[in-house]
Amino acid sequence: MDLSAINPIILIAALISAATPILLAATGELVAERAGVLNLGVEGMMITGAVCGFIISVNTGSPALGFIMAAVGGAALSLLFAFLTQVALANQVASGLALTLFGLGISSLMGQNYVGIKPPRLPDVNFGPLADIPVLGPILFSHDPIVYVGLLILAGVWATLKYTRAGLVLRAVGENHDAAHALGYKVKRIRTLAIMFGGACAGMGGAYISLIRVPQWTEGMTAGVGWIALALVVFASWKPWRVLLGAYLFGGITQLQLNLQGAGVAIPVEYLAMSPYVVTIIVLVILSADKSRAPGSLGRIFHASQ
Amino acid sequence: MIRLEKRPQPSRTYALATPVLAVLATMFFGGVLFAILGKDPVQSIITIFWEPLFGEFSFYYRPQLLVKGAPLVLIAIGLALGFKAGIWNIGAEGQYIMGAIFGAGMGLAFYPTESVFIFPLMILAGAFGGWLWATIPAVLKVKFGTNEILVSLMLVYVAEQLLASVSLGLLKNPEGFGFPGSRNLQQYASAHNAELITGSGMHWGVVAAFIAVIFAYVLLARHRLGFAIRVTGEAPRAARFSGVNPARLILFCLGISGMLAGLAGMFEAAGPAGQITIDFNVGYGFTAIIVAFLGRLHPIGILLAGLLMALTYIGGDIAQSQLQLPAAAIQVFQGMLLFFLLAFDLLTNYHLRIGNTEVTP
Repeated sequence: MDLSAINPIILIAALISAATPILLAATGELVAERAGVLNLGVEGMMITGAVCGFIISVNTGSPALGFIMAAVGGAALSLLFAFLTQVALANQVASGLALTLFGLGISSLMGQNYVGIKPPRLPDVNFGPLADIPVLGPILFSHDPIVYVGLLILAGVWATLKYTRAGLVLRAVGENHDAAHALGYKVKRIRTLAIMFGGACAGMGGAYISLIRVPQWTEGMTAGVGWIALALVVFASWKPWRVLLGAYLFGGITQLQLNLQGAGVAIPVEYLAMSPYVVTIIVLVILSADKSRAPGSLGRIFHASQ
Repeated sequence: MIRLEKRPQPSRTYALATPVLAVLATMFFGGVLFAILGKDPVQSIITIFWEPLFGEFSFYYRPQLLVKGAPLVLIAIGLALGFKAGIWNIGAEGQYIMGAIFGAGMGLAFYPTESVFIFPLMILAGAFGGWLWATIPAVLKVKFGTNEILVSLMLVYVAEQLLASVSLGLLKNPEGFGFPGSRNLQQYASAHNAELITGSGMHWGVVAAFIAVIFAYVLLARHRLGFAIRVTGEAPRAARFSGVNPARLILFCLGISGMLAGLAGMFEAAGPAGQITIDFNVGYGFTAIIVAFLGRLHPIGILLAGLLMALTYIGGDIAQSQLQLPAAAIQVFQGMLLFFLLAFDLLTNYHLRIGNTEVTP
């Protein structure tokens, strides 16, 4: 066992990368939930994004295009959920589960000829001399563009929800859909857009796993990250900046347990591998006392009777 | 312009018709999917739905229907009790694994002693393992208000890691030449969940599934607890007023569904699978969610839905070997079924009105 092999600077840099898929997926889900929609299909949308991004990147040689198509793929799948919950007025929990089961199936079907292929790599952003700053350089300025895109999306969501009219309308729909409807807002249209945004973010998060983190395609490779992202939204009390905190916490645990596995700590690999899930449960328990921040209409079906 | 008008009462006709409609729609769109994959759609559907029942080798496939259907029905019955009350246990896969580990572990602890008490003890251990794993989210929900969906699901991943750990360590076959996996319980008479009638596919798990169906039917139709479950699902506030204790209901629903899932895992490990290995679980816990909904959360419906879903598993295997249909296509097919079911359910609760006939004042 050699713990000195774990370099704290590299660990922090790696955790920022490890946190990115969770951050993207959780940001998307946060928007959907603030609009009052509980989409349990995050895992399905992530894995679909992962496979779409992978296929496009391998065939076109452009990882950037891969990420865009991953977002499109995730959003397309989320439309199924939007149809079920907004048009067919189905139960959101059941519809979300259906989306996850369907997404897992369709992704392994699409990806069956892509197992064992290496995707083209997305080059890191070149910050020039900034990357040479000791400590801060490797932590802040040595990542691929998607890490920064994720942070920008989060900042955008925060600013939109807090400062814009669109954000206010979205929150109104989530807090009380009847009142929002009475004011003349198109509840279903707004919710559908929020669901699609969530799907696009989850798809990109999935592609980050298959194109950058692993990088390879294997069936079911998201391995519960989508569910952790769902837990993260609760953890964050539906506040954007807390999502960032939570994502780094989970990214840190994931990365640390991988490093401990590598360093050959005397704890069996299986117990290290289950730690992110156990920590998620513990964090949920600690934070579930405060439910006051949940959007008022979360998970409820809206039907305007005439 | 199509409008939706809420029915005062859910339509009984449509409640029965939607699962059938959903299956038909899935067959149609599944056929389209198979055609896209370059397979003959009609032949694929026939292979999946007809071949196992009436084909040339149906004598082999028909017993498989019970073997594959039993765990699905057993798990789905438990899940349905919770779903009816709005308690969402979606971690049955983990409870299934834990039941198998506990059950097989109990049997292996006695190896090589032969005794008639070993198998009953394994059943108890399997039920306990599943119950334990489902009680964790139940207690956390009751004590701290933690979301049971997320906790039960997280525990699936924990259970999978435990399964890997015991397959490589605690329960590993000492005579297994270093391969992962436990001793084969099929070769250990006292622990073997053997066929009760040779060639029928009928093992103790199938018996347990039938008992569970009857038990759930009586519970829901006749027992006070079944009434509490139904009221809580339909009108939680009314349930409170009628004296239902929500905490006790959560502990009961999650506990019983965990127990049944654990039993399913134990019967599988001691019978058809024969051993505990890293890839022991094949997703029955998740497919059972589809079974529960397809059966409209009704015990008899679940029995039929479980058999239908078992049919798609078996037919899928045949289509895989005969038509080279990818295994994932069947997974998509099963997912599609749940989609159509949820979509068609609209007709149960709403009238579709075409045109704007009503005059708004």
